[in-house]
Amino acid sequence: MELVLSLAIGVLVASGVWLLLRPRTYQVIVGLALLSYGVNLFIFSMGRLRVGGSSIVEKGAVVDPAAYLDPVPQALVLTAIVISFATTALFLVVLLASRGFTGTDHVDGKEPGE
Amino acid sequence: MTPTPEHLLIAPILLPLLAGALMLFYEDRRAKRVISLVAAGLLPIIAFALLDRAEAPSGGTEVRLYLLGDWPSPFAIVLVLDRLSALMLVVTSVLALPALVFAVAGWDRQGQHFHSLFQFLLMGLNGAFLTGDLFNLFVFFEVLLAASYGLMLHGSGPLRVRAGLHYIAINLAASLLFLIGVSLIYGVTGTLNMADLAVKAAALPEADRGLLRAGAAALGIAFLVKAAMWPLCFWLPITYMAAAPPVAAIFAIMSKVGVYAVLRVASLAFGAGAAHSAGLGAELLVAGGMATIAFGMFGVLASQGLGRLAGCSVLVSTGTFLAAIGMVLLGGGTPMLAGALYYMVSSSLALSALFLMADLIERNQGGVAAMLAVTAEAYGFGDEELDADEPTAELALPGTMTVLGLCFGACALLLAGLPPLSGFVGKFALLSGMLNPGGLGAHDATASPLALGFTALVIFSGLAALVALLRVGIQTFWVPSEEEVPKVLLIEIAPILALLAVTLAITVEAQPVMRYMQATAAALHRPEVYVEGVLGAPRVQDGEEAVEE
Repeated sequence: MELVLSLAIGVLVASGVWLLLRPRTYQVIVGLALLSYGVNLFIFSMGRLRVGGSSIVEKGAVVDPAAYLDPVPQALVLTAIVISFATTALFLVVLLASRGFTGTDHVDGKEPGE
Repeated sequence: MTPTPEHLLIAPILLPLLAGALMLFYEDRRAKRVISLVAAGLLPIIAFALLDRAEAPSGGTEVRLYLLGDWPSPFAIVLVLDRLSALMLVVTSVLALPALVFAVAGWDRQGQHFHSLFQFLLMGLNGAFLTGDLFNLFVFFEVLLAASYGLMLHGSGPLRVRAGLHYIAINLAASLLFLIGVSLIYGVTGTLNMADLAVKAAALPEADRGLLRAGAAALGIAFLVKAAMWPLCFWLPITYMAAAPPVAAIFAIMSKVGVYAVLRVASLAFGAGAAHSAGLGAELLVAGGMATIAFGMFGVLASQGLGRLAGCSVLVSTGTFLAAIGMVLLGGGTPMLAGALYYMVSSSLALSALFLMADLIERNQGGVAAMLAVTAEAYGFGDEELDADEPTAELALPGTMTVLGLCFGACALLLAGLPPLSGFVGKFALLSGMLNPGGLGAHDATASPLALGFTALVIFSGLAALVALLRVGIQTFWVPSEEEVPKVLLIEIAPILALLAVTLAITVEAQPVMRYMQATAAALHRPEVYVEGVLGAPRVQDGEEAVEE
């Protein structure tokens, strides 16, 4: 499981970085989205990997912390997902505005060699 | 007696949030302006009240806590007020009000939600200064960044959209690095609270320290992108130049947020107390800060327009502050940090004034007018509507060029660090604190080559600012020109005069201000006080139970 997760994070981040460095705005936004998936998985993995654990403590019962998952990274991931979703949506708007103003989807607003 | 929670502590976050949200319901621009100005006018009052509280410690602790939801301290979200955060709150509020007044003179007509975004930006800034844990720092960074994206694009136009695209892309990438750093630190130490982190980091087993340092490095890079340290700074000059002037004026504090975060985290977790990781990355800060000064200096000399010049001056200012912090982390001592803080306040005020002035001076030189025309077109405003909205000239300023010239001269003095204004006091305090760590008159210090190099850079950057600003000044004010005198409204020059008056005030009252800075610097050198204050915070509930018994 560790191998699969770290491979997934690695592949997502690597393709994200590559796309982020591409000259077209659409590639940049897809790259940012992939990067944020990779980062979200990474945050998740910081709570340690465990199958079948619960993260919400039952009321009244005697709690053995070792039997539960760490809920904090899950809360962090939720926040991070919401924020990156919103900022990506905003970026999309700016991307379209830039396309409308310049007539090209190059990140510098003009084709190379122009 | 029941200890009452200090609700005033959360006011700098709630007030802009409520004001910003309320304004979304109003179509009427006048109502928006009133709400926005009232909120921004209340902020300095609150900030100074908080400054007062931070200065007068009570109950044996020097930091004040606000436990949100009254959860016990290291586990839940806390707001922490100490001298440094109170100082930053005051600077923010003092910069915000003039920028907003300037915007009311006309710039806020260019888009729908200027005032709401402005308030949300203030909320993010205040929150970032007050928060006591790393993840909330991330959240408030995102709040202020999201608002700044909107403000950056305020007024639209190809130049702004293109600069905004780069600005958003690099900040989104930096935010992801921020998340990696935060989660790595959480994975290693199991805490997000900065005070708790200071304790846990010091007690970390050897095997985990590498991961902690890696996390801190990722975090540091995210902060430094925001602080625009060379080579992470190429986005800054164009962004600040392209932004609408009142927006650029408040952005002058935004690059300081990154430096503040570096200072806060480094002094807590990697200060002298953390034996194994003490001074982590300090050399990098010094080198990067000095490179930033050099880059900004050449940028200032090469700039053609005043907007770009101001953008490059921001780099010089943050570079100086960063390098000074790096040297303090290497053991620079209290007087130097106090000088650096004073310099930061003075240069932020001067830069903010310069951004506002750039608009007035360049108004009739084509650039801005052309931009305005494009904007009007993009938003589908007819010419008639703009004209009808144009304020009448009855409040126009007499002797425009004289007043503008005097203000410009004051800005040049401030940025170059020449007497008699506060720029000189700041640079002098910074350099003398570095060269005489034992205080003036104690001839014990032999200046290191690094210190001498830093001194030379600071002085040369001042010279560069002077040369560049003189050049612009001569072109604008002394060369007889056929261009019309720009039409400047009283409401536009008043914010600039107010900002300059504040710099004059901190020059005249340099002693009490400096004493505050020294107390702040001393507190930053004793992180254990902060840590004890945060971890030993009494809950309201405990107090009530004690009363009942």
